[in-house]
Amino acid sequence: MSDKGKIFLGLIVFIVAVTYPMWGGVFAKTPAPDVQLPDGKCIESRDYMVANHMNMLDEWRDKFVREGEEIYIASDGTEHAISLTKTCMKSGCHDNKTEFCDKCHTYADVDPYCWDCHVAPDQVAPKGGN
Amino acid sequence: MSFMPSFLISLAAVAVLFGIGYGGAAAGAGAVIGIYVPYAALLVFLGGLVWKVADWANSPVPFRIPTTSGQQKSLDWIRRDPIDSPFTKGEVVLRMALEVLFFRSLLKNTKTQLHHGKPAYATDLWLWLAAIIFHYSMLVVLLRHLRLFLAETPFFVTAIERADGFMQVGVPVFYATSIGILLGLLWLLSRRILNPLVRYISLPNDYFPLLLLLGIAGSGFCLRYIDKTDIVAVKELTVGLASFSPAADAIANINPLFFGHLFLVAILFAYFPFSKLMHLAGVFLSPTRNLANNSRAERHINPWNPKVKMHTYDEYEDDFRDLMKEVGLPVEKE
Ligand code: HEC
Ligand code: HEC
Ligand code: HEM
Repeated sequence: MSDKGKIFLGLIVFIVAVTYPMWGGVFAKTPAPDVQLPDGKCIESRDYMVANHMNMLDEWRDKFVREGEEIYIASDGTEHAISLTKTCMKSGCHDNKTEFCDKCHTYADVDPYCWDCHVAPDQVAPKGGN
Repeated sequence: MSFMPSFLISLAAVAVLFGIGYGGAAAGAGAVIGIYVPYAALLVFLGGLVWKVADWANSPVPFRIPTTSGQQKSLDWIRRDPIDSPFTKGEVVLRMALEVLFFRSLLKNTKTQLHHGKPAYATDLWLWLAAIIFHYSMLVVLLRHLRLFLAETPFFVTAIERADGFMQVGVPVFYATSIGILLGLLWLLSRRILNPLVRYISLPNDYFPLLLLLGIAGSGFCLRYIDKTDIVAVKELTVGLASFSPAADAIANINPLFFGHLFLVAILFAYFPFSKLMHLAGVFLSPTRNLANNSRAERHINPWNPKVKMHTYDEYEDDFRDLMKEVGLPVEKE
């Protein structure tokens, strides 16, 4: 018995299927998002924030909701009120969710569930909210 | 090789490889580890795979050698087992599908133990369970990685992410499969180490793939949950790699841990075709699984049987008919 024909057909299908996205333009290059950074300093350094902002928000949430702390002392000693929408996203900082948070998140395919409850300043619901 | 050297060599190999990726990137060779090594690994993977499968395809399988564990097709009134002794193509396809998707033959794993001085046999489903958890977690992890390569993540990847992270524990959300892949691998490794019978037959080429996969899943886990990196820069690099226009300028912003992860993945890919991991392709090509048990109904002729020159009785009679008649021998054709 010889199934050579079938085996090579299967092999070709496999090779084409795994490499097609590369040469067929499926993995087309998309430009990285070009986020608008506001003037001034963020809570921590830019490099730290880029990689760790979600952990910091998580820590803030626990501090605020569970431990009742309302002030965060950054590594350079400055004090910041703990609030997602009123500190990070206050006017003059990242007040534009669509142009800032969403740009990266859409690119990296993350969809934080925070917005199920929290409302970003540029998306205030008709009746208002936090 | 006995347990300790086998295990330690494998462990040291994975540690050194991780160190090369991590240290190399930290020392400024990020472009080599992030661009040249992955491309080379992909070439070795594809080339090795083709070479190996071609080698298998060229090996003759003249006879039907399926391993069966059920009654084969014979008389109509004898009940037969279509999956464990398949007779038609459809039955073979069903048998293969159950094997590939559900690891059916692992359900036949048994353990032997001494009970009151007598050997006793029992089914042992832990191996099956660990294998299922590991393989399916790895599949989901790999599908989720597509978000690092595709400009727009397709709906099924998003759906998988939702389902996988549905517990909404922690930020970034914990994925059940990030843990599943690690637990599955640890289970398979501890089985190898703790079960003396399995330990006895285990070699470096059993420990190395397990430890390599553990190194990959472990470094990936750290990258997501512990020592984080700039995912946007990572995606610039990965999308660039996948579209043949590598973005070398993104490398400086990436945590060396990412390069440790990536280097181990490259090693895995390059090692894959030459290792037991080739069961990925081998499972489809095992003649003990993918053949119908129909030797009684169909004649399978060995292709390299020597050509025997035949001289049938009819031809013999044609040659000698007159002489035979002369001496009064009976002939079939007058
Ligand atoms: C189920 C609804 C819900 C979700 C989902 C949710 N939060 Fe909150 N969050 C709250 C509530 C309620 C408070 C308390 C507000 C108060 O007491 O003023 C809060 C408070 C906070 C605070 C501190 C107070 C402030 O003004 O910001 C932070 C920081 C925070 N959340 C971050 C997050 C992050 C990050 C996420 C997503 C990972 C998230 N939350 C998801 C409901 C939610
Ligand atoms: C520079 C790009 C960038 C910007 C700007 C950005 N993020 Fe993120 N964010 C990311 C990436 C990338 C991840 C996913 C990290 C991962 O998967 O490890 C993420 C993840 C998160 C998560 C965790 C989501 C999860 O469930 O996994 C939260 C919460 C979050 N970001 C909040 C914010 C908020 C709020 C803003 C705007 C004030 C913001 N981010 C702006 C890149 C960015
Ligand atoms: C055999 C292949 C691979 C395996 C088994 C693997 C495994 C993992 C695992 C288990 C995680 C933890 C988070 C999760 O579950 O998503 C992870 C994260 C990660 N992997 Fe991989 N990986 C592989 C290949 C790759 C490749 C080829 C790249 C990039 C070129 C890559 C880049 C990353 C990055 C950037 C993260 C962090 C993701 C985040 O922070 O959300 N991995 N990997």
